[in-house]
Amino acid sequence: MIRLMDVYQEYDNGTKALNGIDLRIDDGEFVFLVGPSGSGKSTIVKLLTAEVAASQGRIIVNGYNLNNIRRWQIPYMRRTLGVIFQDFRLIDKKTVWANLEFAMRTIGASKREMRKRIPYVLHLVGLEGKESAYPNQMSGGEQQRVAIARALVNNPQMIIADEPTGNLDPQRSLDIMTLLDQINSMGTTILVVTHEKDLVNRFSKRVVAINEGQLVHDAQGGYSTV
Amino acid sequence: MKHGFNFGYFLSEGLHSIVSHGLMSFAAVSMIVACLIIMGSFSLLALNADQMLGQVEDDNEFLLYIDESYTDEQIHALTQQVRSLSNVASATFIPKEDAKDVFLEGRENEGLYANIPDTVFRDRISVHVVDLTLFRQTVDQAKALDGVANYRAEAELAEGFVTVRNASTALAGMLVAILAAVSLFIIANTIRLATFSRRNEIAIMKMCGATNGFVRWPFVFEGLILGLLGALVAFFLQWGIYTAAGQAMTDSGAIMLLANGIIPFSTLWLPILGVFLLAGTLIGALGSGFAIRRFLQV
Repeated sequence: MIRLMDVYQEYDNGTKALNGIDLRIDDGEFVFLVGPSGSGKSTIVKLLTAEVAASQGRIIVNGYNLNNIRRWQIPYMRRTLGVIFQDFRLIDKKTVWANLEFAMRTIGASKREMRKRIPYVLHLVGLEGKESAYPNQMSGGEQQRVAIARALVNNPQMIIADEPTGNLDPQRSLDIMTLLDQINSMGTTILVVTHEKDLVNRFSKRVVAINEGQLVHDAQGGYSTV
Repeated sequence: MKHGFNFGYFLSEGLHSIVSHGLMSFAAVSMIVACLIIMGSFSLLALNADQMLGQVEDDNEFLLYIDESYTDEQIHALTQQVRSLSNVASATFIPKEDAKDVFLEGRENEGLYANIPDTVFRDRISVHVVDLTLFRQTVDQAKALDGVANYRAEAELAEGFVTVRNASTALAGMLVAILAAVSLFIIANTIRLATFSRRNEIAIMKMCGATNGFVRWPFVFEGLILGLLGALVAFFLQWGIYTAAGQAMTDSGAIMLLANGIIPFSTLWLPILGVFLLAGTLIGALGSGFAIRRFLQV
């Protein structure tokens, strides 16, 4: 569950990225966060992952109050999230298996847990048989599936996808979004940051729109209603 | 899933990084070796000077010649006075008869001097000091006593050793401080290069929920391994240099005057190895600690 209460964010250079955002995302929801470039979408992602601290307001992520979270608690808060990026951020010199193993090792998983969990998530994202492939041997869609598998492998409560289809063609984008929808149907909360209107319109999901740091729309349905 | 201290993983990551940045690793190890060898060489010099000083302290005496008009009671009192001086280890009265024997000891042509009458020699007090650095002051105090007609003291040799010891200690300290700082800088740069080339991995690890400790340990291990490697190389080089220098000095006769020669390496290797390993690991761990700090702010 995510709660943003009257959140303001002003960077050191004076840029006002958010101007009093209120937002609540409950467990199990699928939410599109939309808005033009520079509207404050990425700032919300950075706040939710505790990369930056809010200038003002309260933020709660999966039970962690980020206003008074201690530094040592941040890694444990992050383990409740799986983050997917536009540029995949895979480690090129590691195989698909090693990339997932790497993510599991960072939270202290045992070899046994890895052997059990990795094949399961690879099956989930449709990459069985690709364990030994390197990212640069795969298509963009496949690489994003690896990134989704990596986000899922530590069994997070919520997945935050920051422009996950920005580098993909329309068909691959649809595939990825469908995959995220399937993951959501299994109970994982999904927050997708995007500005792809057509894609959003193909799914009848909750759409939160922000512009110039303010929430301008929050309703079920497509981008067209914004 | 709980975090354990995954020693094998941290070690293998550290080793992998050393190999990946071979040139910088080589530079870091070389710097540690240079630092430790210079530190070691000056420390060994100071140690030997100290030992030689100890020998000289044992051997070095000065003589106080007693006024010939002094009676036995007065001589006894004077000897007690000398003994009561603060830096005096022992004061022994030597009557003129015995003085002749001491004079003849070790002389090659004893026969030439055999007919010298005892009266030529003076009654004297042989004085040994506790601290050779206070040799001259002690002589000054003793010669000022009533009843001391004359004295013989060779302070220059003792003072020479004191100077060598003090200079080598000071120089060693200064050089060690400078070289330790340079070593730290190079180690920190090596680790910084490693962290920079792996900044994406670090960012992914942090995003997946890795603790700072989990990210930091492989780099600390890298620094420790570089430090230990440098310490071991420096130890064996130091061994070779010390032995060769000692042999060269013995061959040239420079240390013939000293009864025991230089301190054998066999009696010093353990403390040297200990100090080198400690210094190497400290430099390595501190250097990597400085380097990684900035990259943990994700």
